[in-house]
Amino acid sequence: MQDQFTRRDALALGVSAAALAVTGASAQQSRIKVADVPAPDFKIESGAKLSMLRPVKFVQPDEDIFRGNAKRFTEKTGVEVKVDFVGWEDINQQTAVTSNSGAGPDLIIGFSDAPHIYADKLIELTDVADYIGKRYGGWLTMAQRYGKRHDSNAWIGIPFGASAGPLIYRKSVLQSVGYDKVPEDMPGVLELCKKLKAAGKPAGFALGNAVGDGNGFANWILWSHGASLLNEKGDVIINSKETVNALGYLKELYPTFIPGTTSWNDVSNNRAYSSGEISMTANGVSLYFSMKNDPATRPVADDSEHQLLPKGVAETAPMGGLCLNAMVFKHSKFPNAAKAFVTYMLEREQYEPWLDANSGYWSQPLAAYEDAAVWSGDPKVKLFKDSMKSKFYTGYKGPISQASGAVNADYVLVQMCASVATGEATPEAAAKEAERRARRYYRRS
Amino acid sequence: MALTTATAIDQVAVRTRRPNALARLFDNKLFLIFVCLTPAVGLLAVFLSYPLGLGIWLAFTDTTIGRRGVWIGLENFEYLLSDPLWWNAVFYSVLYTGVATIGKFALGFWLALLLNQHLPFKSMLRAIVLLPWIVPTVLSAIAFWWIYDPQFSIISYLLVDVLGWRETNIDFLGNPWSARFSLIAANIWRGIPFVAISLLAGLQTISPSLYEAAMLDGATPWQRFRHITLPMMMPILAIVMTFSIIFTFSDFQLVYAITRGGPVNSTHLLATLAFQRGIASGELAEGAAIAVSMIPFLVFATLFSYFGLGRRKWQQGSDNE
Repeated sequence: MQDQFTRRDALALGVSAAALAVTGASAQQSRIKVADVPAPDFKIESGAKLSMLRPVKFVQPDEDIFRGNAKRFTEKTGVEVKVDFVGWEDINQQTAVTSNSGAGPDLIIGFSDAPHIYADKLIELTDVADYIGKRYGGWLTMAQRYGKRHDSNAWIGIPFGASAGPLIYRKSVLQSVGYDKVPEDMPGVLELCKKLKAAGKPAGFALGNAVGDGNGFANWILWSHGASLLNEKGDVIINSKETVNALGYLKELYPTFIPGTTSWNDVSNNRAYSSGEISMTANGVSLYFSMKNDPATRPVADDSEHQLLPKGVAETAPMGGLCLNAMVFKHSKFPNAAKAFVTYMLEREQYEPWLDANSGYWSQPLAAYEDAAVWSGDPKVKLFKDSMKSKFYTGYKGPISQASGAVNADYVLVQMCASVATGEATPEAAAKEAERRARRYYRRS
Repeated sequence: MALTTATAIDQVAVRTRRPNALARLFDNKLFLIFVCLTPAVGLLAVFLSYPLGLGIWLAFTDTTIGRRGVWIGLENFEYLLSDPLWWNAVFYSVLYTGVATIGKFALGFWLALLLNQHLPFKSMLRAIVLLPWIVPTVLSAIAFWWIYDPQFSIISYLLVDVLGWRETNIDFLGNPWSARFSLIAANIWRGIPFVAISLLAGLQTISPSLYEAAMLDGATPWQRFRHITLPMMMPILAIVMTFSIIFTFSDFQLVYAITRGGPVNSTHLLATLAFQRGIASGELAEGAAIAVSMIPFLVFATLFSYFGLGRRKWQQGSDNE
């Protein structure tokens, strides 16, 4: 057993080394289109030194290449950069402490809403965003949403990538009930789920307290019916006729799920899908990779396809994403060096190998990078390249704020859905309760 | 020689007559008390009073993670009183503590009585009994999480696939009431050793001569239990129950690791709700208010078991005087 693991590990190492070699080679003949835009001169402060935090890697090459890029920045500019990798569950708290105490790292790559929460502690990065945007085909919709202050063109965050959770399904099972892919209309989805249930291979979506999967599912159900938590001004409008419709739909959909999804957390659907208990769920690309890399579940991975979440009445797939968002603090003594660093990391020579090294876990915020080699590799990963084209985000359609993150973290929408699905509340009562809870979080904004 | 001795005596005399300031200081009783108590008081202040005080202060502000709050008086508590989720957590905390404590004490006392008999491998058995208590809670919580899993539960597997007694898996955590009792069962399992071993220690302090005397008087086993064991055990029962109630009421790990308060908040305890609101959702002040709202319950439970069960007349073995 021990031998087997070492051999597999050695193999994985070999593969990642090969990937490095490939990406290294492709850097010379990159397919990324670069516009000739004069680079801004950030006038790096003399004796500048930077320290930064970012979330830990999905895969080892992520960290290796990121560190390598930072090292080359040091060689080129003489600015030393200290990069620390922080656990995902800690980075929000560390960002809070940094911004409150006015001490600590110069810049942090945090998650989605962080720059909006600490906007008054950050320097504006509009010059960086303008240059990079013009150079690489423009910022994608989700990047603009997370980067810019609400209703303005001032950039307070610089998105580095996003990770989304589309559908993943078993091709063979869908074919056995007469489908090639999942229908785009919600009644069609219901019909399919009924057939999957009848075939003994039901669908399953998290309705438990699962921050990622639960919220992803609840948002899908709402957005695909035209409902949303907020309007553009940020008023809570969850208690609407659209929400009630969406919940009515869910009431019909839920009995087609495998039993027990109300207690699912973020890994439950991965386990149920990998073991073949369910034939359809929604998840990030990590599920596919973990099945692909394990010989025991390799057949399941080979039989799987990804598809963007069905649209329903929405124009684009109603799918948000977790966004890596860089911010520079006012307390930094070297803001220009920090800007130069952020810019440097998003330039093709650095960003493309990094994107490729992540093999699809993160997708680019800039249009030009859709030609990166990673998206022409495994065809099953290809659709993740459009993750940041979505106009949906946590707290859609209002301003991004601490409250939108809090509603997410407190499972307000997930529990609204779950209480209707289990018959504990009527759609009307559940929507009203969600409104009450959301209003509490939005009372200050 | 004589001269030196005289000088030495002189010096000693001088020293006794006029001790230097430091020595006098250290002779001062008040000062000594102050010096000896300072480290303890300091530790208590820094590690106990300050966090507690801060927590209580936070409960009266509107602090969030990332934003300093201002004093808002009782607003948080007023909101909680109008919040069905808080009432829900109060209800479940009381139910959880009540049922789990009864379960733990019934089974734990029974186990203690069994272990108090002369059994082969007595010490080994006693050590084994402690296992659930020794295993880190998070580990046992993860074990229970698997046991209760809707798809991969060992219990469902046995009933459905091996014995064929059921058609479908048991949905332990999927609906409110079964989730509530599943968690209580896990808590009882975990709490029994503490109760059993503590009560066993108590049982061993009861003098055998009491039982011998009772047997000579022709007392039945039940009478011996009722009139000797139980009264003699009351003081230790009171202490163990106080501790057990406090631990159970403020439990966090089991619930957080197994259900995170789900399905739909039906299994939130006040402690998990406080964490959920205060840390996960960033409403530090509201979380603090929830935590502070536990204090009256805990004080009441402590007073009840202390004064209710620990009355001196019970300890002396007479029913009513």
